[in-house]
Amino acid sequence: MAYDTIIEDNIDVLVVGAGLGGTGAAFEARYWGPDKKIVIAEKANIDRSGAVAQGLYAINCYMGTRFGENNPEDHVRYARIDLMGMVREDLLFDMARHVDSAVHQFEEWGLPIMRNEKTGTYQREGRWQIMIHGESYKPIVAEAAKKSADKVYNRICVTHLLMDESKENRVAGAVGFNVRTGNYHVFKSKTVIVGAGGASNIYKPRSVGEGAGRVWYAPWSSGSAYGLLIQAGAKMTQMENRIVLARFKDGYGPVGAYFLHLKTYTQNGYGEEYESKWFPELQKMVGKEYLDPEASHRTHRPIPTCLRNHAFIQEVNAGRGPIHMVTMEAFQDPHLEEIGWHNFLGMTVGQAVLWAATDVDPKYENPELTTSEPYVMGSHATGCGAWCSGPEDLSPKEYFWGYNRMTTVEGLFGAGDAVGGTPHAFSSGSFTEGRLAAKAACKYIDDGKAEGIRVSSEQIERRREEIYRPLETYRVYRNAITAGTVNPHYINPRQGLDRLQKLMDEYCGGVTVSYMTNEKLLNIGLKKLAILNEDWENGIAAENIHELLRAWELKHRILTSEAVFQHTLFREETRWPGYYYRGDKLKLDDENWHVLTVSRRDPKTGEYTMEKAPLYHLVDEKEEAEAS
Amino acid sequence: MPTFVYMTRCDGCGHCVDICPSDIMHIDEVSRRAYNIEPNMCWECYSCVKACPMNAIDVRGYADFAPLGHSVRVRRDEEKGVIAWRIIFRNGKKDFELLAPITTKPWGTAIPNLKQAGAPSNDMKNSQLLYNEPKYIRLDDGDLHTLESNGLKFKEGVYY
Repeated sequence: MAYDTIIEDNIDVLVVGAGLGGTGAAFEARYWGPDKKIVIAEKANIDRSGAVAQGLYAINCYMGTRFGENNPEDHVRYARIDLMGMVREDLLFDMARHVDSAVHQFEEWGLPIMRNEKTGTYQREGRWQIMIHGESYKPIVAEAAKKSADKVYNRICVTHLLMDESKENRVAGAVGFNVRTGNYHVFKSKTVIVGAGGASNIYKPRSVGEGAGRVWYAPWSSGSAYGLLIQAGAKMTQMENRIVLARFKDGYGPVGAYFLHLKTYTQNGYGEEYESKWFPELQKMVGKEYLDPEASHRTHRPIPTCLRNHAFIQEVNAGRGPIHMVTMEAFQDPHLEEIGWHNFLGMTVGQAVLWAATDVDPKYENPELTTSEPYVMGSHATGCGAWCSGPEDLSPKEYFWGYNRMTTVEGLFGAGDAVGGTPHAFSSGSFTEGRLAAKAACKYIDDGKAEGIRVSSEQIERRREEIYRPLETYRVYRNAITAGTVNPHYINPRQGLDRLQKLMDEYCGGVTVSYMTNEKLLNIGLKKLAILNEDWENGIAAENIHELLRAWELKHRILTSEAVFQHTLFREETRWPGYYYRGDKLKLDDENWHVLTVSRRDPKTGEYTMEKAPLYHLVDEKEEAEAS
Repeated sequence: MPTFVYMTRCDGCGHCVDICPSDIMHIDEVSRRAYNIEPNMCWECYSCVKACPMNAIDVRGYADFAPLGHSVRVRRDEEKGVIAWRIIFRNGKKDFELLAPITTKPWGTAIPNLKQAGAPSNDMKNSQLLYNEPKYIRLDDGDLHTLESNGLKFKEGVYY
């Protein structure tokens, strides 16, 4: 094939994927490494890439320490209870103590943040959320990243990380191809910060056609954060912790501002409050420690998102759907009505399109809600991702190996969706994680940890051959048939994705089985997934460069899915009813499973090993002293 | 298909191809104009709609759940720093406009060049601070939060 090989050499910090995490990394790296070579490789165009491409109407993680609103530990406790205890509190505390400085910079760069005219503080939507006019959130932070980076490579689909051949388990860069020219790109780098995205579209969506694009998380979030790290042999954590979202039906428009700011609420198809009646039974499954509506009412401790989902799902399955969002009261106020619409236009235009198409005026009609298909990601109300080191001054010994946000592969860092155990980071927290990773990466280099890296031309050639194989497969077998897409020698990426979505749905707790699975189902699913992977290896075909992109996205989604299966099988309990259920282990089991799950896939053999990692919780020194 | 391109308006400039996060706006080889090659990978994010200098791109809601006959149009103006929307319902009963700011500063002028920020000191390097911290976090002279400053410690085990 006539594609050129383009080598970018001597990079210090390579940022793979420049959404909010990656832009934060590139921006900050320049400060700690004024003379370092900083390069960005981005699959799309950095001005509109990642989950924030479309904009946001709120920043969901802001402490307001400046205004005396919250301390970092308050946020840690919030994320802890929302995730049923399963979080990395060192990483969360670290993110929370820095996140405000990111937000204040955004404002200085021109991001319009709304102010509360009475208090002068940022306009709160909820305790952690502030309201913004964020249509240009991404282009603004992209400007900052571009200013710091030596080079930005747009339209590079990074497929693999390069590994050092002089020292085991050390990163050496990344490779990929340009989705426009088809050229092969090699980035040799001392450190890599993976800011790539989580995974949409690995579960069969509720939509049946075009609407498959209107997924909750962006369709271009192809699980590359996980695919790249898993392939490199990095340890992963909490990959079973997929998320299901209760959202406006079909359009998946956000509900945060509606609940928190507009004070709308839900009811069943008969106009009744339904949530509380499911709680006594649910309390028996998860224990009073995790679900105590009275205490929640008294102390404003939130009821975990998954448990509210559970009530929603049960109510619908009991035949009392649909669940409605009661908007007809709030929307009588023209100011609140306007906010309701702005909220969609700022971050989920498709929901506005849908309401316009179906004549749903929330002033006169309460719109329907639904629970989505599951998503695997690590920056919203869930914490899938890599097992990363925390910062020196916070982390217990099991959580610390030298460099903040470094994975278990040396020189390989994560930010945003890539880092596990840090839910509720959202946009600002992901950007902050990028900044933390960048500082640590520069220190890693300055400490001399990246000396003597060697990458053979054999490794580079092997990857090159691998990357273009789907094009070759197509070329060789295309003419075995007259026309069309049905070919006994290969499948195309769409066909592979359909198969993945179906098996994830049916065996790993998707929407058509009401999020239910068990050991038997998981084992069957794993077998089917292994065969899908074989078909990918032997017979995925790409007609053109665009399909080659889809083929590699599918590969990353398959790798992500395998980790989800392995983790779901390993954790023998139902920790998050409402996200998924292990039908054979329907109770939460703190005695055995108050732990984080950690996996590693051996890059040579593909074998998985699973282990439990201890959970450390922040406790008050004072309370602790009184208790003892 | 979610986004589509009006034949008479598109001049094939490729701005949409350049910006689409999903790599689905391509130039048709016959008409030399842009089109959406993969509607079920379109998020209706409007990035291409906003980028089109000819106003040639529009959105028709997803066919599997959105009926025909609606319109959500947009004009984004970086110079004026605003975005303007117009929403028209299928039944025509609702037709309204919404305006929002997209920036508070002249575009691209307010971002510092960190190369000129001055190299960080060794103390700064060995601290937990990031660029511009701690002053960007707090207004007082306080330092970054630590376990000690906040009276906290980590305990292994089951705590809620």
